[in-house]
Formats: sequence, structure tokens, C-alpha cells
Amino acid sequence: MNVTVLLAWRNLWRHPRRTWLTLGAMVFSNVLLVFMISLQFGMYRLMIENTLLTFTGHLQVQAEGYNDNKKMRQIVPDIQALSTRLREKLTLNTVSPRAMAFVLASSKDRTYGIQVLGVDPEHEPLVSSIPGLVEDGRYLQASDTAEVFIGRVLARNLRINVGDELTLLGSGRDGSLAAAVVVVAGIFESGVTDLDRSIAEIPLTFFQDTFFMRGAGHQIVITTPDLSLVNKTVAAVDSILPKDEGLVTLDWNVLQPGLKQAIQADISSAFFMYGVLVVLVAFSVLNTQLMSVLERTHEFGIVMALGISPGHLGRLVMLETAMMGTIGLFAGAFLGGLVTLWFSYNGFSYPGMEDMAANFNLPSRFYPQVTVLAMFLGPLVVFLFTVLSALYPALRLNWLHPVAAMRAA
Amino acid sequence: MTAVRCIDLCKTYRQGDQDIKALDHVSLEINAGSFLCLSAPSGGGKTTLLNAIGGLDAPDSGEVWIAGRRIDHLKKSELAQLRLMQIGFVFQAYNLIPVLTARENVEFVMQVQGLSAAERVRRSSAILDEVGLSGLENRRPAEMSGGQQQRVAVARAIVSHPALVLADEPTANLDSRSSDELLRVFVELNRKYDTTFVIATHDQRVMGYARRVIKMLDGRIVDDIEQHAD
Ligand SMILES: Nc1ncnc2c1ncn2[C@@H]1O[C@H](COP(=O)(O)OP(=O)(O)OP(=O)(O)O)[C@@H](O)[C@H]1O
Ligand SMILES: [Mg+2]
Repeated sequence: MNVTVLLAWRNLWRHPRRTWLTLGAMVFSNVLLVFMISLQFGMYRLMIENTLLTFTGHLQVQAEGYNDNKKMRQIVPDIQALSTRLREKLTLNTVSPRAMAFVLASSKDRTYGIQVLGVDPEHEPLVSSIPGLVEDGRYLQASDTAEVFIGRVLARNLRINVGDELTLLGSGRDGSLAAAVVVVAGIFESGVTDLDRSIAEIPLTFFQDTFFMRGAGHQIVITTPDLSLVNKTVAAVDSILPKDEGLVTLDWNVLQPGLKQAIQADISSAFFMYGVLVVLVAFSVLNTQLMSVLERTHEFGIVMALGISPGHLGRLVMLETAMMGTIGLFAGAFLGGLVTLWFSYNGFSYPGMEDMAANFNLPSRFYPQVTVLAMFLGPLVVFLFTVLSALYPALRLNWLHPVAAMRAA
Repeated sequence: MTAVRCIDLCKTYRQGDQDIKALDHVSLEINAGSFLCLSAPSGGGKTTLLNAIGGLDAPDSGEVWIAGRRIDHLKKSELAQLRLMQIGFVFQAYNLIPVLTARENVEFVMQVQGLSAAERVRRSSAILDEVGLSGLENRRPAEMSGGQQQRVAVARAIVSHPALVLADEPTANLDSRSSDELLRVFVELNRKYDTTFVIATHDQRVMGYARRVIKMLDGRIVDDIEQHAD
């Protein structure tokens, strides 16, 4: 048995109540950290997934520059064929072409400026949740019929219903006037006001005919089975794209910059709070270890007189702290994991969460997920700061003089 | 062979606006294998001299030699190493680490000295037996009498067979029976291993065991008596 390790362990329990209190603070903050971080990570994931899977997708192929300035003539040529090729090469069915134009939409009574999308009725439901949000009527079917699928708010604004006619007026790819009359096939409600108010989907082939696209479109929307696969898929798509047509592959960060910014802002405010918590725990450990070193001054004086170096004693103090930190780490991660697990079945909500939830199309009751990362990230940082905070009491021993120390009561 | 040689040691402490000469030109030579008693009334300079010999505190001037090596100019870490490997210490009281058992207290120092676990167990058993503590190896200091605790401290001091043991009033907290037991252990070890013992005390009875008694007063050596121990 290593006597130093034994000694460190026994020293830890010299004042059991003090150790338990310090450990309590450590475990409490660790549980809090595990739960909060789980909740946060889960929420971000949901935010990302919900936002992207509603409409944007994980990545898109576009003409270079189109994303910044959506001009009709910045096109993806021969978009159906390219989509088919991507589906085959990526062995991924969730690839859907779109074309997009800004038009005036007029019903009998009213006119609104909207975004009209040409979509592939077969593949669009695989990359977007909108087709599945049918409130009334049905989604688009054939690719060349003069039908439209619109949001609930737009329908209300235009005062139209399923079966009514809608006139679209815009300009084609070449700048010439483009117009069409379409029949409302279905109405959707996503809960995202922007989408419900300003989006209309029509079959891609019909769009291409109406807007003189000559087989072209503007975006190929791709979703991957998991967010973590996005980077790999971007690279794969890049290698498949024809080199000379000025096409680029953009990931969701570029397509939805607001999303990442919102998350980053939330992360920095949350991590500031966590930082305060960690510093408080570190000070409590510092206080405990400083006390425990001070009250052992005489004892340290004796063993230093015997020739045991301050460095050895400093390592002893660090070892004691590391032992305490390790207990706090695992107890905190374990209990934090349990608490999170409980909420993962029973759900969690707090005042103010509804605002954030509404903005990002999230449920207002939230079910966090237990992940190893969320379980150990916070407790590991606490452990690190715990050990760091013992450096001061440990290093102080270098200035302890054995004769003076032995004189201490 | 000379175990300890002190040449013209001086040490002055300032107390308020008074200079106190704790060591006042002390010169001294101690042969290896001596059993020496340093006797002085309280404040006479015993502890100061022992600390200088043991490299715990540097004198203001003069030289200290241990086993032919001058030590008063050594670095802190060199002194610590010297004490760890070559000098045993026994202090007045509270010598032991309270959370360790008798055996663990002895083993702790041996571990720092770099001895293997098997060697530590072997030697600690032997030495605790030698100081009359077999059966008490697993007791903690709080579960032992003052005399037993001091014998653990002696066991710890002697376990690696240092050439020199310095004891500062080792019997001050003991009753006369425990004192006698402890001193008999000292004598025994001194005989058996030829270890040099330097014991600071103002206890008359301790002096009876010594073969040489050095008397100090106000930091000066005032008497140096060779005697036959009882
Ligand atoms: N750190 C110090 N600061 C000031 N004065 C000191 C210090 N250490 C010792 N002295 C003084 O030096 C003198 C010698 O002290 P020392 O401790 O060596 O005596 P001692 O013989 O060991 O006494 P005691 O029997 O009481 O232990 C005393 O007058 C003491 O007050
Ligand atoms: Mg003294």
C-alpha cells in the first residue's frame, strides 16, 4: 500500500463534515451543470433540426452568389438530372430540387407579394416538413399541373380556400413577364408565421414552364440522416458537382446564419453563469484546503524536520484535493445523469422558455437527452478548477519553515 | 571518528529591542557512537543548538560539520535530503501523524526514503518490536500512551539506521516510568547500532543515562562532563 495515497485519503476524512459540505457544493453544482448542459444541448439540437427540416435542409447546392442575392438568373442548370445523379451517388433519397421566384399573388379581392417555390412533389416531402403539415386539401401531386400549396396565414389574407384560383405574376428567368393561374390544392400550417404567410409551392415542371427556366432551378435541398454527417456530405456533394458551372454547396451555417448566432449568444450567456458557479465551487475548495493545510502546520513542520520536502507535502495536498474532486466528478455526473434521465421521461419547461420555443418552432415542454458529453463536460471543468484551486495552499508549503511550523500549536 | 563538529556557532534572536544570544560562540565535537546529553535550563539554547546540528536552522556564524561534511551552507533541499537519510529526530511531543497507525507512521518516512513495500513491512515490524511495541502496530497515536507514542517516534527515527539521532526533550511529557522505558530503548539502540545520540533535556534523570553531559547557560557551554552511565 502506498502510504502517501493512504495518508491523503485519511486526511480527507479528518473532518468528515467539512469534506461532505465541500463535496456537497461540488456535487450540487455538477448536477446543475449536467442538467443545464443536457437541456441546452438538446434544445439546440432540436432548434437546429426543427428549423432545418422544416424548410432549409442541412445543405443546398446553388449557383455561386445566389444565397446572398436571390436573382432569377443565378441558376442550377438541368436541375432534375443533377438531383437524380446526387441521389444515386450519395445513395441518399433526401435530395430535392427547387426553383424560386418572388411574385405578386392575387385572389379575387386581394394581392400580396410572396415567394413561390417550384418543388418536386415526389421528393419535397423527404426534405421538408411542410408537405406533411396539410391542414386542408392535400399536397401537390403531379409535377406539371397548375396547382398551389399555400400557408394558412396567406390563405386567410387572400381570403381563399381549397379549390379557389390564384393568379401569380412575376418575371421569368430572362426578365420577361411571367404569369399563371393556379388552383389551391392544399393549405398548410407550420406555426412559423413567416412560412405560413409568405410561401406558396407549385410543381417544379409547371414552375419551369411558367418562368421560362428551361430545365433549370435554384436550389437542390439535401438532408442527412444526422447533423453530424453534414460536413462529410458537403464534401461528397462538392466532388460530384460539375466543375465548370459555378455551383457551390452551402451548409446550414451559411444558409441560416441567424440560427448559429442565436445559439452562440445563448451559449455565451449560459456559460457565463456556469463560470460563476464553477468559480464559487473553486473558492469553497480553496477555503477548505487552505484551512486543512493551516491546521496541520505543526504536523507539517515535524515531517519537514524529518526531511520530507515541501514538494512532497504539496503533492499530498493536491492528491487529497484530486480525490475529493474525483468523488465530486463521478457523483455529480451520475446524479446529474439521473436527474436528466428523469426529465427525459417527464419533460421540463421553465418560464420564458415559450418565447424561445415559439421562435424556433419548438415544443414548449422539453425532453432533455442524457449524453456522455453533457454528463462530463461540466463536472470535468469543476474538477479542473478544484485541482487548480488547491495549487495555492500546496505551493504555500514551500515558504513554510519547519522550525517556525513546529512552534505552531 | 567525529560524528558532529560545531565551530564557534553564534545565533542571536531579537525580542523587542533586546538581542538574545541563543548560541554564543559554541564549539563542540561529538564522537560517533556517543550518548550525549545537552543540559540547560529553559531558554539556555538547547533547541537552537540541536536545530543547528540537524540543519533545521542556520547559525548566524560558525560552522557545522556532520560526518565530515560541512552543512551550514547547504541549500534547503540538500539539508532536507541529509535529514531524511542520515539524521533521526525525536521531538518533545506530537511527533506522529495522527491519522496513521504506528506502523504507517514508520512506513511513511521509509516510503519517502524510497524503500520498497516489502522492505518497509519487514523493517517496521522489526523496529516496532525492538522498541517494545509489538502488538500495537495498528494503533493510531490517539490510542497510545505518551510513552508509546514517543517510542513510535524513536522507531521512526531509527528505522533506517541513521548515524545520528537528535532528540529534543523527548521525555518532557512523560511520567518517570515511561521516561525510563524510553531511555532504556535509546541506550539499547545506541549499543546495538552504535548510533550517536544527542539528547537535549533539563531532566536530571535523563542525564543519568548519558556518558557525556554538556551543560549550557545563556547560549554558552559552561561544563562538559564525561561520566559512566548507570
Ligand atoms: N524564533 C525565536 N525568536 C526569538 N527568540 C527565540 C527564538 N527561538 C529561541 N529564542 C530565544 O533563544 C533563547 C534560546 O532558546 P532555545 O529554544 O534554544 O532554548 P531551550 O534551551 O531549548 O529552552 P527550552 O528548555 O525552553 O526549550 C531563548 O531565550 C529563546 O527565547
Ligand atoms: Mg527547547
